[in-house]
Amino acid sequence: MDFQGQVAADDGTEDGGGDSRPHLIVVGNGMAGCRAVEELLARDANRYRVTIFGAEPHVNYNRIMLSPVLAGEKTFDQIVINDRAWYADNGIELVASDPVIAVDRDARTVTARSGRTARYDKLLIATGSDPFIIPVPGKDLRGVISFRDMKDVDTMLAAAAQGGEAVVIGGGLLGLEAAHGLSLRGMKVTVIHLMPTLMERQLDEAAGWLLKSELEARGQTILTGADTAEIVGEGRVEGVRLKDGRLIPASLVVMAVGIRPSVALAREAGLAVGRGIHVDDHMVTSDANVLAVGECVEHDGQVYGLVAPLWDMCRALADGLVGKPSGYRGSVTSTKLKVSGIDVFSAGDFGGGGESEDIVLRDASRGVYKRVVVRDDKIVGAVLYGDTADGNWYFDLLKKGEDISSVRDFLIFGQAFAQGGGQADPKAAVAALSDDAEVCGCNGVSKGKVVATIEGGACTLDAVRASCKASASCGSCTGLVEQLLELTLGDEYGGERSVKTLCKCTSFGHADVRREIVAQGMKSIPEVMQRMSWSTPDGCSSCRPALNYYLLCALPGEYVDDQQSRFVNERMHANIQKDGTYSVVPRMWGGITNPRELRAIADVVEKYNAPMVKVTGGQRLDIFGIKKEDLPAVWADLNAAGMVSGHAYGKSLRTVKTCVGSEWCRFGTQDSTGLGVQLERMSWGSWMPHKFKIAVSGCPRNCAEATIKDFGVVCVDSGYELHVGGNGGIKVRATDLLCKVTTEQQAMDYCAAFIQLYREEAHYLERTAPWIERVGLAYIQERIVEDEVGREALTGRFLYSQNFSQDDPWAARAAGSEREQHAHLGEFRPIEAIAAE
Amino acid sequence: MYIGEWIDVGPLSAIPMRGARTVPVAGGEEVALFRTGDNQVFALVNRCPHKHGPLSQGIVHGHAVSCPLHNWRISLATGEALGEDKGCTPTIPVKVDGGRVLLCRSSTLKAAA
Repeated sequence: MDFQGQVAADDGTEDGGGDSRPHLIVVGNGMAGCRAVEELLARDANRYRVTIFGAEPHVNYNRIMLSPVLAGEKTFDQIVINDRAWYADNGIELVASDPVIAVDRDARTVTARSGRTARYDKLLIATGSDPFIIPVPGKDLRGVISFRDMKDVDTMLAAAAQGGEAVVIGGGLLGLEAAHGLSLRGMKVTVIHLMPTLMERQLDEAAGWLLKSELEARGQTILTGADTAEIVGEGRVEGVRLKDGRLIPASLVVMAVGIRPSVALAREAGLAVGRGIHVDDHMVTSDANVLAVGECVEHDGQVYGLVAPLWDMCRALADGLVGKPSGYRGSVTSTKLKVSGIDVFSAGDFGGGGESEDIVLRDASRGVYKRVVVRDDKIVGAVLYGDTADGNWYFDLLKKGEDISSVRDFLIFGQAFAQGGGQADPKAAVAALSDDAEVCGCNGVSKGKVVATIEGGACTLDAVRASCKASASCGSCTGLVEQLLELTLGDEYGGERSVKTLCKCTSFGHADVRREIVAQGMKSIPEVMQRMSWSTPDGCSSCRPALNYYLLCALPGEYVDDQQSRFVNERMHANIQKDGTYSVVPRMWGGITNPRELRAIADVVEKYNAPMVKVTGGQRLDIFGIKKEDLPAVWADLNAAGMVSGHAYGKSLRTVKTCVGSEWCRFGTQDSTGLGVQLERMSWGSWMPHKFKIAVSGCPRNCAEATIKDFGVVCVDSGYELHVGGNGGIKVRATDLLCKVTTEQQAMDYCAAFIQLYREEAHYLERTAPWIERVGLAYIQERIVEDEVGREALTGRFLYSQNFSQDDPWAARAAGSEREQHAHLGEFRPIEAIAAE
Repeated sequence: MYIGEWIDVGPLSAIPMRGARTVPVAGGEEVALFRTGDNQVFALVNRCPHKHGPLSQGIVHGHAVSCPLHNWRISLATGEALGEDKGCTPTIPVKVDGGRVLLCRSSTLKAAA
């Protein structure tokens, strides 16, 4: 037996090791048990010695956030409520992985599965609930699970990693969240629901239909009115058979048909038990020394399966434990579905009928449905789909039972409209919320608490999230918290964030998005927008190209480039000009050309009547005035002479400018043209955060202007000086000296590593100059010069990604790919024009 | 070719989602046909009200397109410039029938003239 520092009393039962305080034992290390202890500690930190027994191996985590973990939006660490330090700091002993299996009320002891016993003065039962398993044949097959704890999530993730098909039995809150997560993880998901409407306990038919359509549009199969007959398989699940005979193949079956209060322990201990453990208003059971809280209790005939009532119960419980009883009066609950991109809210009674009246607003084009149920001039229920901004307001009015007759005509348009007499002011809506109105349902944080946190010095969204946890979990109340910041701080609040957002479509910054793409293994633009709660349906012209690049960089050879998220130049592989024609720059390696190439360029100029040919600043020839229809033919002609795309249009390597170097120049110290050609051969075609220019000068006279390039090489007698971060644009910036190397190969390797570091870490549309100013030269030197292993890895990743980017885009287009980019859809010939022919 | 008030200019499937295709109009200005992410089709004269950039080459997002020349955002439904910018591009009635894109004949002639 592991006593973990405790001293065994004579009878084998632990005592407090000299701690004379009354002993509170909590059975259940979940949200209810730990919240009760938190509430107790907040009132009197020293009154009880506390021991918590838990069945799971984990510290206390936020069970309602398991859905985001399954969906890949959160990690387990992010949903931990109390880490080990919390237990240690508060002198709480946690006995994990060892559930209590018996209570002896006469001896006032509990016995855990390991055989360990402990004596209590007060016992708190917070065993929560058990998933309900429908009694059909095959329910015990391997691969049939519930959705209740982290172990279930791990099982689902393992199954999803194998791909294939999953069936979720139960189209309620939990089932749909499980289906959503599995679907995002790549499984083909079928939801089987006994009732005709999804989430029928929370939604009415109209909202249920909207929800069903949305989920089907996302690729899930939803079978309503479907009754499970049996789960089939040999040892392992292979499918689900419905009573109508249909067989749905599945390698994983998740049963999410409901939960039942976990009362076995209490019943065997002889406590009064109905549907749940009977408790009074102070959460005391039929035994004065035994309390119970959470989903396992029955209070005033009610059992609850949601998190919000738990906060109220825990407050009443703690008040009673410290001798200042307040009393729990029951809870009215509201529901939100945690499926990103789908806003559903429901509260109270929306069954209609009788004396109640419905006020309904529909907006089909926006997919919005709102229904408020009113009885005797009071709100008794609300269902919101598509626009849930006013959910908390309706819920607040409902809980308080306020008379709404004065705002009735405007009620459905929301709080701001109703209270502003038709003049919408979103802040007025938040200002009008009462202090005890709940802002963050995940963490049970009230408006008053958020305001107090802000007044206590948390002046940014990020600081509020860190201090009181409001909006730190699923983020759906972020807007509310920001409005509270505005209201509380007034003009002092300018929406400051410690991170700058990528664009107006998201609350995340470039670095957040890049990190999450890699961390969550996201694979497409819609997936990023989905998982990171984009506020627009398909982004904007700022975020789409950025996301396309970030995915391309993260998934070389795997990500399929989205042409519609490319700026015109990168889509057309030429530079658009003010008249809508294009300019074409063929690649000339290191700026070297020959008669054959020059002849081909001259021929193109004449054949397509190009009005101008111009030598560029990067030592290339630019052919102007080409029509989009002629581009493929122009490229075919240039390809025939051995030339490929010069990428003068791309966020990519532009040119490597060189001087003639030791081969011709009397001052030249190294073969600068040769090195320039090698650098260009290595790095052409690579997509980058912004354009990237290289130059190689053969001596410190620097005729190739290498010190205003993104990467510049200045040859000296003893080797090669490598310079980075130069820019000759709006704001001229001379390069910083990165380091000096002795061989051409080193110059190549360092160049590749530098480009890759830039590719992986710079923000989209950030040139190397501002990037280096942001992160500091010392950081670049640490990564490229000092960390040899890291440098080699960067070089390796760059060269690997180049395997997939060095196909000449012109050759593909000339051969006919994406022909539609260069052709009209059709012709418009009105009757008159036809008749005239 | 279909002859009537609605003129068939090609299949819907040939316009990329969140993209555009062009249709030259005999004796008039080119028309740009846009297909949005929610699969709606809009037709506008292929000319930004700002500096006459070819709107068909812009990035389509929501029910708007960003001009490729100077990033003006133009509403596909109304042709109006969005945000701070002022200006309007003529829009043309368009419909999809049986997977074919049909342009209103008289409106096209009027707008593209």
